[in-house]
Amino acid sequence: MIQGKVFKFGDDIDTDVIIPATYLNTHDAKELAKHCMEYTNPEFYGQVKQGDIMVAGRNFGCGSSREHAPIAIKGCGVSIVIAKSFARIFYRNAINIGLYIIECPEAVDGIKEGDEVSVDVDTGVITDLTTGKSYQGQAFPKFIQNIIECGGLINTIKQNKL
Amino acid sequence: MKLTMTQQILARKLGLDNSQAEQQLKAGSLILVDVDTALSNDVTAPVAVDVFNKSGCSLCNADCVTFVMDHFTPNRDIKTAELCKTVREFSKQHGVNNFFDVGEMGIEHALLPEKGIAKPWNVIIGADSHTCTYGALGTFSTGVGSTDIAAIMMSGKVWLKVPSAIKFNLKGKPSPYISGKDVILYIIGLIGVDGALYRSIEFDGEGVDYMSMDDRFTICNMAIECGAKNGIFPIDDKTNEYTKVSCNATFDALSCGDDEAYEKVIDIDLAAIKPIVSFPHLPSNTKFVEDVKEEIKVDQVIIGSCTNGRLSDLKSAAEVLKGRKVAKGVRTIIIPGTNKIYLQALKAGYIETFIQGGAIVSTPTCGPCLGGHMGILASGEVAVTTTNRNFIGRMGAKDSYIYLASPATAMASAIAGKLASAQQLED
Repeated sequence: MIQGKVFKFGDDIDTDVIIPATYLNTHDAKELAKHCMEYTNPEFYGQVKQGDIMVAGRNFGCGSSREHAPIAIKGCGVSIVIAKSFARIFYRNAINIGLYIIECPEAVDGIKEGDEVSVDVDTGVITDLTTGKSYQGQAFPKFIQNIIECGGLINTIKQNKL
Repeated sequence: MKLTMTQQILARKLGLDNSQAEQQLKAGSLILVDVDTALSNDVTAPVAVDVFNKSGCSLCNADCVTFVMDHFTPNRDIKTAELCKTVREFSKQHGVNNFFDVGEMGIEHALLPEKGIAKPWNVIIGADSHTCTYGALGTFSTGVGSTDIAAIMMSGKVWLKVPSAIKFNLKGKPSPYISGKDVILYIIGLIGVDGALYRSIEFDGEGVDYMSMDDRFTICNMAIECGAKNGIFPIDDKTNEYTKVSCNATFDALSCGDDEAYEKVIDIDLAAIKPIVSFPHLPSNTKFVEDVKEEIKVDQVIIGSCTNGRLSDLKSAAEVLKGRKVAKGVRTIIIPGTNKIYLQALKAGYIETFIQGGAIVSTPTCGPCLGGHMGILASGEVAVTTTNRNFIGRMGAKDSYIYLASPATAMASAIAGKLASAQQLED
């Protein structure tokens, strides 16, 4: 079970905002994390704590294919991103590096900045502990769950389970 | 035909006949497919190499791997030099012949078709979001992340969800001022930055005949900017004329499925499209240039990138500039997509036109498009550029402003010192 405090973001949060290209000269998670959301939310890195949750609108992670984007988010300690929808390359990258993500438009509308939220990734149930409301998110398809259970895409291949 | 072009390519790859494919390749099906080419660059390849090395697996097929050093090259600083060194040494160690370094490199999505590495009926997976460019050749190509590339290096395969598709039926004849860039910006403005999320966008109709190969590359290149998984054109005589030069071969024709194969069919009247511009900070914020009433002063113009760094792009910019000069104070940077294009532009006299007109010409690089180097914007500055994204901070300062346009419009703006179309310059 995942649980943490919510940081909220809007629609079309792109990969240049998540991690500006000028910092792509490294792929060290801790280093990238320092610049995560730096241009639009400079206070984010200082405030986010291990296990916290990002909640965003439509098309989260649109733009470039840089895996540095989910790596930077994971590097900040974020446990899961809840969004109305994800850009497809970001979706793949997050799964492949082991960052949980879940789509649930109703939860995004209902949850407020600073709320304490828990997510059951097996069932897709998202609970706002601050308001007591629950939402049914889209749980991962079986194929994806297998990759996550194996610990990411590379481990899946190493275990001959792709 | 009840299959989209994307499904037809995947079916051939999996050895399925049409009726099998109709059952097994329904939109949403998850499949495992062999990859013809796995591409990555100096930003994404080092991550893939790192993941690959840690896996302890052996390289599945060196000929399937292509590396292009184009984002921060010639190297910007020590860190980016180290990134290229990592990939260079890996290529040497593992016998990767398709390693393109300074001198042989170009902007990856201009280079792979030119070298004949990207060809029709292929499955091409790239750790770069603009990998969708190769759909112009009637190939299935899409962008992924570095871990996916490492997985292909290990297994030769990729997992894919078969996309549902939108058919764009191109009708009418475009005016001579219109390029592929105007067409794709118009489409993105119409459906929005997530208008084709997870889907394939496929082009059909008599208007396809008016689209040159360079136009098709530009259109498919920006498929990702409306969220699409891939963009794809039919394989026709134009495609085969191109591949006769690029890979000394011709290929079976490929055409769109019936309308029923598609989630949606959208008619696009090419005759109704005028020179267009995307305002900050999304590619979908489009307006026809003639409808822009306010004066938008320009500090910098970039003509290049994987979207618009091909020969016909440089030709169109040179034709607008010929006999004129860029306005004082507009830094005008021309970036040919590859060395071959650079040389062709030189022989055609375009480079001379650019230099005499007050522009500079750079070695091929992605450079300023992603705010990497070679033309970064300061705070408050405005750029009109032929690149593909105008997100906040994309080309430099977080409070700089990027307007996306065609090469003709970008050059006309450089000459006018403010946003203008080539047509307006004539008037």
